[in-house]
Parts: sequence; C-alpha cells; structure tokens
Amino acid sequence: MAHGNYSYKPTNAFTKWLDSRLPIIRLIDESVLAFPTPKNLNMWFTFGGILTFMLAVQIVSGIVLAMHYVPHETQAFDSVERIMRDVNYGWLLRYMHSNGASFFFIAVYLHIFRGLYYGSYKAPREVLWLLGIVIYLLMMATGFLGYTLPWGQMSFWGATVITNFFSAIPVIGESITQWLWGSFAVDNSTLQRFFSLHYLLPFVIAGVVVLHIWALHVPGNNNPLGIDVKGPADTVPFHPYYTTKDAFWIALFLIVFCYFIFFNPNFLGHADNYVPANRLVTPAHIVPEWYYLPLYAILRSVPDKLFGVILMFGAIFVWALLPWLDTSRVRSNRFRPFMKQFFWILMVVIFLLGYLGAQTADDSNLVFFGVELPIGKILLSRILTIYYFLHFLLITPLVGLMETPHAVPESISKAVLAKKGGAQS
Amino acid sequence: MKLKALLAIVLSLGLAGGALAAGGEGSLEAKHPKKVDWSWEGPFGHFDRQQLQRGYLVYKEVCAACHSMSLLSFRNLSQPGGPEFTEAQMKAIAASYKIKALDEKGEEVERPGIPADRFPLAYANERAARAANNNAYPVDLSVITKARHDGSNYVYTLITGYSEQPPAGVTLLPGLYYNEYFPNHQIAMPAPLTADDQVTYAPDAGNPKATKDQMAKDVVAFLSWAAEPKMEERKQLGVKVLIFLVLLSVLLYVAYRRLWRDVDH
Repeated sequence: MAHGNYSYKPTNAFTKWLDSRLPIIRLIDESVLAFPTPKNLNMWFTFGGILTFMLAVQIVSGIVLAMHYVPHETQAFDSVERIMRDVNYGWLLRYMHSNGASFFFIAVYLHIFRGLYYGSYKAPREVLWLLGIVIYLLMMATGFLGYTLPWGQMSFWGATVITNFFSAIPVIGESITQWLWGSFAVDNSTLQRFFSLHYLLPFVIAGVVVLHIWALHVPGNNNPLGIDVKGPADTVPFHPYYTTKDAFWIALFLIVFCYFIFFNPNFLGHADNYVPANRLVTPAHIVPEWYYLPLYAILRSVPDKLFGVILMFGAIFVWALLPWLDTSRVRSNRFRPFMKQFFWILMVVIFLLGYLGAQTADDSNLVFFGVELPIGKILLSRILTIYYFLHFLLITPLVGLMETPHAVPESISKAVLAKKGGAQS
Repeated sequence: MKLKALLAIVLSLGLAGGALAAGGEGSLEAKHPKKVDWSWEGPFGHFDRQQLQRGYLVYKEVCAACHSMSLLSFRNLSQPGGPEFTEAQMKAIAASYKIKALDEKGEEVERPGIPADRFPLAYANERAARAANNNAYPVDLSVITKARHDGSNYVYTLITGYSEQPPAGVTLLPGLYYNEYFPNHQIAMPAPLTADDQVTYAPDAGNPKATKDQMAKDVVAFLSWAAEPKMEERKQLGVKVLIFLVLLSVLLYVAYRRLWRDVDH
C-alpha cells in the first residue's frame, strides 16, 4: 500500500473465511477500489485506463478473428475477406482489430509523452518506467506480426524489410534471418509462425501489464505537480472517483475510435494491402504502419544498414536510461521553464521524423503539406535524428543541472487550495 | 545493401513480367483521379440499387471478358445492401452460367450455376490470362476500389481517361494504350467503354441513357459495393453506436462532475 494506513476489513463470515485462505477480495479492494490516488490527476492520466481497455478489446476481437482466420499463404488473404463478407459482424471484428492497433498506439504514445512531461520516470518509479518500455517493445512486435497476417502486398514486403534488419548482424545475421523465416525467404512457414507469435505476445503483454500496475502501486501515482503525496488529504480512493473519471474519458476515446471503425475504416491502412502478396512485384513505396514511422526515418537516415538498425533500437533504448540521465530534482515540467520548451521541441522533432518516414526514399527536397522546403529529406532526417539523441543524452542532463525550477508547492492539497483562492480573488 | 540488391532484382523481375509494362523513358507519375460525388460517401451514404444492377450488367458484358471477381458469389447479388436482385432474378443469373462439377461417377460435367457458386473465372489461371493478353494480367476486381488509393475515383477516371493518340514524341510500346491516369501513362488494357449504348439498359425501369460516362459510373458503383458489401450495414450501425456513445459520455460526465463536486481538486 502506498499512502495512508487503510486496510481491508472483511465484514461477514464468508469473506472472513476466504480472507484467511485466499485474500483475493483484499487484493482487489486494496489495489483497485480503495487505492489512494492523488486527487489532482488531469485527463492525461486517464490513458492507463484507456490502454487497459484497448488491450482487452484487442485480445477479445483477436481471439474471435482467430476462429475464422486461416494462416496459410494461399488462403490467408481470402480468409480475411471471408471474415469481412460472410462471418456475422466479421467486418466489425476485423475493422475493430485493425483500427484498434492504431488506437492502442495513439493511447500508448500519449501515455508515454505524459510520463515524459510530468517526470513519471524519475525515482522512485524507474522500474515502472522500464516495464512500460518492455510493454511498448512487445506492442511493436505484436503490431508488426499482426500486420503481416492479411498477407497483402504491404504485409509481405513489410515482413521482408523488417526481418532483413537482422541480416545486418555480422557473421550470424543471415542464419538468424533464415531461422526467423523458417525458410530461405518470407513464405508460408514465416506466416504460420508469425500467427502463432501474434497470438502469444498479447498475453505476455498482459503479464507485463500486471507487473507494471504492481510497480505503480508501490510508489503510487505520479501527478501533474510531480510532488509526493504527503497524506490522506492529498488523495481520493480510486473507486469511485477515478473509475468514473476514466470511464468518461474511455467513452470519449471510443467516440473517435468508432468514427474510424464505422466511417473511415481503411484510412489508417494502406491500399496496397488489399492486393494479395506477390513476391514478384515490389510495391513502388514500402511504408510501415504509421506508428513506426519516426523509427523508420531514423533507420533510413543512416547509410550503413547495421548502424541504422542499431540507431533505431537505440532510439527506444535511450528511454531506458532516462531516469538516470535526468539530473533535475523536480519531476514535473510545470516547474521547469526550460525543459518544458525542450519537451515541445522534442514532440515536433518526433512528428517531423514520422512525416519523413512516410516519404519516398530519395534525396529530393521535403514537401511539407504541399510546401517545398529548401532542404533535402536525407539531410533533414539526419539533423532530426541527431537532435533526437541529443535531447536525451545531452540536453536532459545539462538542463537539469543548469535550470532553476519554479518553487514547487508543499503538498497537493495546499496547491489545490491556493488555486481555488487565486481563482476567487 | 544486400536487401537493396534483392529489391532491385525483384522489381526488375516484376516489370519484366509485364504486369505494369513500363515504358522505356523512365517512370511517369499517374495524374490524380477526378473527384466524383458518389452516393455512398459520407456517414449516411448508401448505394442506388438500380445503379448497382446496371453496374453488374456492365461488369458482366464488358469487364468480365477478361477480369474475374473471385470473391463474389451469385447469392451476394440479392443480399441486403447490394444490387438486391430478387431471389428469382439472382437464381436466373446463376443458372445462366455453366459451372464445372463432378457427377456421382466422378466424371467432370457442366451444370447450371446455383446461388452458392462463385462468379466464374475469366481464365483458368494466371498463365492462361497472360497468354491471352499480350502477357499482361487482368487483375481480379473483387476488392479493386480498396486496393487502389482513392479507389472509386481512380477506377472511374482510369476507364474514362484514355487518349485516342499519345502526345507527340511519345512512342507506345506494342500492344499498349495511352492513359495519363496510369503509372507510366501506358496501359495494357484497351479502353473498355468505347461507345454509348455499348451495354443495353432496360428502357422502362427509369434507367438513364447508357452513355460512356454513365456506364463508367455504374460499373464503379458495382465494384465499390463488391469491395465492401457490408458498407451500408456498417454505416447504419455506426450512426446508432455514435449516438449511444455520445449519450453515454454525457451521463458519465454528469456522474463524474457530481461525484467530484465535493472534492477540492
């Protein structure tokens, strides 16, 4: 238990009996219902609940889809179309699942950036943060594996490009790649193992999510002020206060999600994936799913393949160092006038990298929403890649040392009262 | 580097295969398709039954000579949200095709089609299709409007966008036709709609005149439905789901505000 001395008390004979044998009601009560949560959490803190919900959506829709899907190179494409045409509400399941992946990633990016902004990775939440990175990596793998399953042109060529990353490893690269394929090229054995792993990984994610929540419940939630909870006046029980608030934000999230499912279901996909996989015809422009685009731009900014792959994975690994790279004593960017600016610069850099990742791989000038900029795409992606790493490796430690943060409130409840008083006067 | 070499080899094989039959003077980008106001766009969009029925006729009499629609069955023609031919009309359409089957002795015979049969293939296989088409492969049209960016507009513009003569200085490769809406501007498919009244629309059913433009729009409607046969069901359910979610959000918001009213936060 994080704060306060609350503990569950069984009330009747049965719950007393059960509590001394399997204290499961105690576990639920202490970790979900009564869990003391800072009372000043804003909407950016609801994405944990949204992500839990989305994981359930993906697992449930995926299990039903797997009842109808055929993981075979000659049948996979048609079996997906059969789900769309002949399975009752199959179109709903499939569009829910394919758009669900995108919305899962939208939520996870907002969740991660919220953690960055409010310093949720800083002590004592380093392990919580590291587990989050593990979940993100597992999500990346799951999303990639799932995208190959419809066995369209983008599925096939995406799988070819991504698995070829491993061939960059010196000496053993080729053996590893063939081991991943189960063959000498991406083919049926690759599809079957990708399906098997795509079914497995979400349950691994669910397991790490349990650890993530466990690691959250020891130090308790961070909050927009980034200060520790000082006492019961700073918190409310999770239920009903945050169950209600999260439910409201989940419903709003669902409105956007459902707009895409029902009215624009292929907007986030690529038309080429409705062309059956053909190993003799390479698509003019192989692009990964949007959620990999910034990393894809980092990969392509490097002329050497091995170094490109290292840099791409390094772009995520650098997050793991963040708790120790950040030298500031203050968590929340609310009180960090300089770091706050650098945070927004980083957001722009990541967005631009994503935009570059979606462009064709040539060195023409970047056309940004119809406006031609006087800078080549390769040069710009190199500058942005270097900046991305500098943000974590240089700017974060230096700004932490040099910046004078604003005064931090004494406690959450005092900050709240001050805000109220200020509003009245 | 090895990957790039692989991609280059694969790419050249694909082009040598004649799928896109590239011209010699380097690649030319396809022009953007024209925008058409289709009846099925937007959250309340729906297909025009008569148009889908006419579109089926155009597909059957023009496109089906070379293009298959392997994912469609005759039964789809009378399903809700589609052309909605009557049961009897749909069965008559099915029965007008001869389908290969086995009799009780295992001998190959031909029988009339039934609703559960798929649309017959235009060619027995890809090799036969290429042999008959100057080595170009007429693609399956089942999901064509989803398999191209801005698919409905693309197909409409492509089939109406042929030029009689290529511009001066452009030499067409043998067996190719000039069309600026296709990559490289050279396409192996001849213009499919060449004259008004190429397909005979029934005169009495309030059908418009079968101009080339009208036939193109009708067949695009049919292909768009075929690519997404549950579109009407999807959009109708979507409107209900969104109304529900908006009401739910309002209730949840009221509950949330009321609960938090007494908490300083």
